[in-house]
Amino acid sequence: MEEKSNHEVKILQGNEAVVEGALAAGCLFFAGYPITPATEIAEIMAERLPPLGGVFLQMEDEIASICAAIGASFGGMLACTASSGPGISLMQEGVGYAAVTEAPVVVINVMRGGPSTGMPTSASQQDIMQAKWGSHGDYETIALMPSSCQEAFRLTYRAFALAQRYRVPVYLLSDEIIGHTREKVRIPRGLSPVERQRPQGDKENYQPFKPGPDGLLDGMPAFNEGYKLLVDGQLHDERGRRAAHLPEVCARLTDRLCRKITTHREEIYELETAFLDDAEIAVVCFGSPSRPSIRAVKDARAKGIRAGYVKLLTIWPFPVERIRALPDRIRTLIVPELNVGRVFHEVEHAAPGRQVLSLPKLGGLLHTPGEILDAIERRNRR
Amino acid sequence: MNPIGEKYLRKDSLPFLWCPGCGNGTILAATVRAIDQMKIIDQVALVSGIGCSSWIPVYVKADVLHALHGRTMAFATGLKMSHPNRKVIIFTGDGDCLGIGGNHFIHAARRNIDLTVLMVNNQIYGMTGGQVAPTTPLAAKTKTSFFGNPEDPFDACELAKAAGATYVARWTAAHPVPLSKAIVEAVSHEGFSFIEVIAQCPTQAGRLMYGISDPGALLDFLKAKTVPVKQVQDKNAEERKGKITVGTLFHDTERTEFSKRYFRMVERSKEDV
Repeated sequence: MEEKSNHEVKILQGNEAVVEGALAAGCLFFAGYPITPATEIAEIMAERLPPLGGVFLQMEDEIASICAAIGASFGGMLACTASSGPGISLMQEGVGYAAVTEAPVVVINVMRGGPSTGMPTSASQQDIMQAKWGSHGDYETIALMPSSCQEAFRLTYRAFALAQRYRVPVYLLSDEIIGHTREKVRIPRGLSPVERQRPQGDKENYQPFKPGPDGLLDGMPAFNEGYKLLVDGQLHDERGRRAAHLPEVCARLTDRLCRKITTHREEIYELETAFLDDAEIAVVCFGSPSRPSIRAVKDARAKGIRAGYVKLLTIWPFPVERIRALPDRIRTLIVPELNVGRVFHEVEHAAPGRQVLSLPKLGGLLHTPGEILDAIERRNRR
Repeated sequence: MNPIGEKYLRKDSLPFLWCPGCGNGTILAATVRAIDQMKIIDQVALVSGIGCSSWIPVYVKADVLHALHGRTMAFATGLKMSHPNRKVIIFTGDGDCLGIGGNHFIHAARRNIDLTVLMVNNQIYGMTGGQVAPTTPLAAKTKTSFFGNPEDPFDACELAKAAGATYVARWTAAHPVPLSKAIVEAVSHEGFSFIEVIAQCPTQAGRLMYGISDPGALLDFLKAKTVPVKQVQDKNAEERKGKITVGTLFHDTERTEFSKRYFRMVERSKEDV
């Protein structure tokens, strides 16, 4: 059997698949704090990491959790944390610190309904904007959104790879539905762990924050390797020295922190499309609502409606150009999301001249395929 | 520059940003002497938060993480656990450690993780211009205790000990030599080590709370208030009032350090699997 040779097949919960993805990437440090619906990630890490020689820490809160993960990242380990709504809010100062110090760290958000304590046991996609704008100041993050346990595995692995390459906090935006769904996951055998690029040049005169022509840092030295690193949350020069009094240095750094992501966006984008060749109407979906969306598109086609879909696996940076480049025949885009309609505005901005319909779903429930099919049919009749 | 400064300071980061007469320079010098004596510059990771004293490590040519306000213990925990042979030294102020960072502080102490904490206590928020701190004495006037502080201060050493620290000492910026010795002891101690260093702040605390802005006079004032811990046993509560007890206040060498305990568990877990 093909599966026997190349893959191990498991029945996993989304939260378990995330752990498998992290471990496959070589993550050996996890710090977290219990919170529904992300707790299983911590529980499984607590079981899996010690026998691998890794570190699992249950910290006193989520602020400490992300800070410990960033400390471990500078300590030389691939590190992550996981939480949900209230905990992710607490982590925002750490996200900003990781952004400005260019610390690779993976933040897994198993989204639940908010604001505040919100709906602890129900799903939402209400934190998509937070993943981009959550911490103060100008910076960019990367955020990936799985819609299945298989994608949760693969995108977690990818989150680690992107975090090391771009030296940036990377979010995996899962949600309560994916986190607690059990389904088949194929785990490839012999997947290589993610490797950090080693710094070039001599240690004595090393400039840890000097970018290459592509705006990216050339490699990541760890503490106590002889580089005598100076890492500061203040805006700093290329040696790491504070530069808050130097407008040009500060402007250059802020600009680069954003542009190192935006100029590489084509590499970061990941989308899946289907039935677009003849489509007149397309569903732009991401995360859990992708499942009923795809079902609805197939049902619509069975009824003779020329429907297709675009599934976004990278949500930040937002694939503006890819939406813009959709075939002209597609006049209508439908955006189902588990919030009041946030990504809808991004799609509208990316698709001038097309009709964009927001299909929000609140209350912790997922759209049914029928609801999305209804929206497709209503649009089709116009 | 003296040879130790020449060897260990980031000269391209000078001059210091501190006010003239600040105690932080003395603490920096005491730290660097301790590092030099122990020959551990390549093994140390220096972590600090936000505030005047959190700039101390930034001038040292070592691996330095100038972190978030109050979160030093968490960053340091990640650094320590990712490489347990590291010697992690934390520089934190009284506001950083006991105010915004109070919860992280007591939990790091509870774990007895091998970190050395130098908490510089100037009894005030200095960098932001002199606001009341968790260490400001009762009735003291600051910019945000205009009519006198209505709150009682923390005794940071008592708090550290109660929370689980296994080495606790207090010195002042008027005691550079014993302070340096204490740093050597604290770094050598396997466990959570806490040193409170009372420091003069001529610009804020001295001027606002004591009406003294001359650094020399403030150092004399500090010295006059200190009592060595060995002499304290003979004194009654009345005699101790307003005094600063200095010396090694607590040292427990029995309790197992956290990273040791954790990695023993790792070894056991490998056998279990």
